[in-house]
Amino acid sequence: MAATLNHIQLGRDAYKGAATTLCAGCGHNSITNHLIKALYELGVEPHRLAKMSGIGCSSKTPAYFVEQAHGFNGVHGRMPALTTGAQLADRRLIMLGVSGDGDTVSIGLGQFLHMVRRNVDCTYIVEDNGTYGLTKGQFSATADVGSVQKKGAVNTFQPIDPCAVALTLGCSFVARSFSGDGKQLVPLIKAAIAHRGMALLDVVSPCVTFNDHDGSTKSYSWVKEHDEEIHDVSFIPYFEEIAIDYEPGTTVSVEMHDGSHLLLKKLGAEYDPSDRRAAIQMVEESRGRGQLVTGLLYIDESMPDFATTERIPAERALRDLGEQDLRLSRADFDAFLDEFA
Amino acid sequence: MSNLKVNELTFQAATVNGSGSQSANMVLTRAIFSMGIPVAPKNVFPSNIEGLPTWYQLRITPEGYMARKGDPDVLVALNPATWANDLKTVRPGGAVVHEEAYSTAEARDDVTYYPVPFSKLAKTRIQSDTLRKQLTNLIYVGVVAGLLGIPKDRLEHGVQRVFQTKPKAWQVNIDAVNVGYEYWEQNFKDKPCGFRLEPMTGKVDDLVLVEGNQAGALGALMGGVTVAAWYPITPSSSLCENLIAYTDRFRVDPKTGERLISVVQAEDELAALGMAIGAGWAGARAMTSTSGPGISLMAEFSGLAYYAEIPVVIWDIQRVGPSTGLPTRTMQGDVSFAYSLSHGDTRHIVLLPGNVEECYEFGRLAFDLADRFQTPVFVLSDLDLGMNLWMTRKFEYPQAAFDRGKVLTAERIEELKGDWGRYRDVDGDGIPWRTLPNTDHPLAGYFTRGSGHDENARYTESAETYARNVDRLARKLEGARPVLPQPVAEEPGSEVGIIAFGSSEAAVAEARVLLAETGLRTDYLRLRALPMSKAVTEFVARHERVYVVEQNRDGQVYDLIRLELSPDHVGRLRSIRNYDGQPLPAEAITRPLKELEAVPA
Repeated sequence: MAATLNHIQLGRDAYKGAATTLCAGCGHNSITNHLIKALYELGVEPHRLAKMSGIGCSSKTPAYFVEQAHGFNGVHGRMPALTTGAQLADRRLIMLGVSGDGDTVSIGLGQFLHMVRRNVDCTYIVEDNGTYGLTKGQFSATADVGSVQKKGAVNTFQPIDPCAVALTLGCSFVARSFSGDGKQLVPLIKAAIAHRGMALLDVVSPCVTFNDHDGSTKSYSWVKEHDEEIHDVSFIPYFEEIAIDYEPGTTVSVEMHDGSHLLLKKLGAEYDPSDRRAAIQMVEESRGRGQLVTGLLYIDESMPDFATTERIPAERALRDLGEQDLRLSRADFDAFLDEFA
Repeated sequence: MSNLKVNELTFQAATVNGSGSQSANMVLTRAIFSMGIPVAPKNVFPSNIEGLPTWYQLRITPEGYMARKGDPDVLVALNPATWANDLKTVRPGGAVVHEEAYSTAEARDDVTYYPVPFSKLAKTRIQSDTLRKQLTNLIYVGVVAGLLGIPKDRLEHGVQRVFQTKPKAWQVNIDAVNVGYEYWEQNFKDKPCGFRLEPMTGKVDDLVLVEGNQAGALGALMGGVTVAAWYPITPSSSLCENLIAYTDRFRVDPKTGERLISVVQAEDELAALGMAIGAGWAGARAMTSTSGPGISLMAEFSGLAYYAEIPVVIWDIQRVGPSTGLPTRTMQGDVSFAYSLSHGDTRHIVLLPGNVEECYEFGRLAFDLADRFQTPVFVLSDLDLGMNLWMTRKFEYPQAAFDRGKVLTAERIEELKGDWGRYRDVDGDGIPWRTLPNTDHPLAGYFTRGSGHDENARYTESAETYARNVDRLARKLEGARPVLPQPVAEEPGSEVGIIAFGSSEAAVAEARVLLAETGLRTDYLRLRALPMSKAVTEFVARHERVYVVEQNRDGQVYDLIRLELSPDHVGRLRSIRNYDGQPLPAEAITRPLKELEAVPA
């Protein structure tokens, strides 16, 4: 049977990568599969994708999807800087950053915040398991107060919530999801990629080896019991027609920069994802209730991304410019040197 | 007056920083330079915004020496806090222009005093309350012009040159200069000093005055930089600030406002280098600029760029370390650190510009070398070279096209039927071929990583593969030796050699003349890059005694050269080190060299 092809005539296999070396059952592997599905369904051209990461279990995963794409597994906590630079060199690239909780909010917190501040056009996925897996189970800075380590130690420090921090800084796209909820995560990944600017996806992704026990707030069972979905998410890419009927007043439709649509169907209370203060309040309140809100927390499609702010050309990559574009003419050069006389 | 010295003096202004004295110093400098007289300015300034002592030294010689010369002949003293000490430094027979209110009760009798009521003149003769503080400095320019014989039209030229873009400021500044000039006419016309400036020709006619950080920025611009990321730090900031100023003029489309460069002020030096590496990986010509403390922070990313083989240019405008050190003083203290920056076995290409022309040339060349060798290229300047003005001939317009190195296009990958590997040594020079992201071929992609990798960029912890890979990296850097800027040598044929690099050039040139005058002829080799050319060891082999001159405590380049020498030549090498943070004067070479010459080999 011929494989089903996406709208750029590629099969799902074209989006696969090397075999994973992570533990069986790791939440990160699920996220990788959701990424493959999202990229395949979106019809992302593999050569335009740049997979960026730092150091840690999460940061290994770019090797496990879209083998054809360029990938860059850099140094710990510094993925944002590499991504920012690569975006400037060729802003036609689709930047996809994969990071972890240690990589993002401990060693890399500074770069993460400044990337948000610049609104670099990239999808930034935090594969968030509250623990340092590769170094055998130390707490990370997203671990909740009272969370218990496998060996029994109790975390006493306040967590740093990537979403709360990003919202405070006015990140133009903030969402939270769960590695086990592909129905929600896949459309959120698609929307994040369609978004022009910094799209943060904090995905709780249990570590089966070091942080999936009772007393952890990053375990499969805890997240399933405490997940509060704020809406039902679906994504309609620009190349498809919106064929879904919905009752007026039940669904918020967000038009994305590229003409795609994000449909957010109300599940409980009214929620306006364009209201940043309401998003901050909701994140805080749910944390107070011991719940984990998931869904699209905030979106601002109007904020210019970094390359636009920098006014670098949209159609010609800086990397492709040559002597004619970049050097002064001989006349300008001579006149300029005369100014030093 | 007997012993009148013409066009040969060292001038020094002692002021308080933040008082606006820099414009006055520049007016004086530009006025003298426009008389055809060689000038060599040095700023000695504190790490402070306002209120601490600062000195401006202007050395004038008919020969055009550009090294610092310790003590002044003509002093302008406008800082009560340093007055007593400043006075002690004046050479016998010197002239001292000072605020009238300063006490000369215990002063020396071997200098001539020119007391001027600067504060009173400023109050009565300068109308603008807001500009009074700045303009007070221009009064001294007028007094000094009278004393030294600088014509009025040259002073006007100096003002217009310094305030090139602000014609409205011309008259008020010229008026202030004239206040001083008139005061000289009325009070000191019959009290000559032993120094005089007279117009010259033939020495500086085609020269320009450029700071190293201006030259470096222009070099980067002409070298095709498109991404620069930096974090503010003295004495490096002005390099990227100049780059911003130049690209505002020359890289912006006036119709669309589009910029053909992005200069990013990063959150720290880690991010600055990271951005540059990300851009270099994606195919842009990318750079950062920093000083010692930033270089320390860049160790991590430098190792990544070396090991993952990513082109990037890193400027280090060296200052005194370690740690915060003396942030506004000069040093050549980062050479050995930069050369091997990172943990593990690491070697970097290091360029050592010896003058502002080479700041320009190497600023451009560094991108070609980074692309060609797919590795970081460090350009080591220093505060003296970077932040002071230097006379130079005008820079040459580049003839060569950019060398973008070994980059495979989609068409080439197709021809190879996809049979390529990111880290394969197909040409035997250790330099592999790379592809850029966004190359439209299904086999163009590869995975870049700082962890162990094989020839096809796949993760591996294989012992053999690791060793093979780092051996290739060593071979690649070996191949750079003959390609990098070769040493410049002058060998009239002495048994005594001098090796120096970087901003020591000016002092060495003068020291060699002074030594020759005492009968000691020297040969000279100026090192311009690491890993060093074989020409260095060959130079040592041709000389009985070789003095390595450098501006650091530990003789870093002396050590590096010794590592390259055959054992029977090691004893020929001797070390001359100066590390007081001040630009190197010639006597810091001649004195120890003569002492060491007296020591038997």
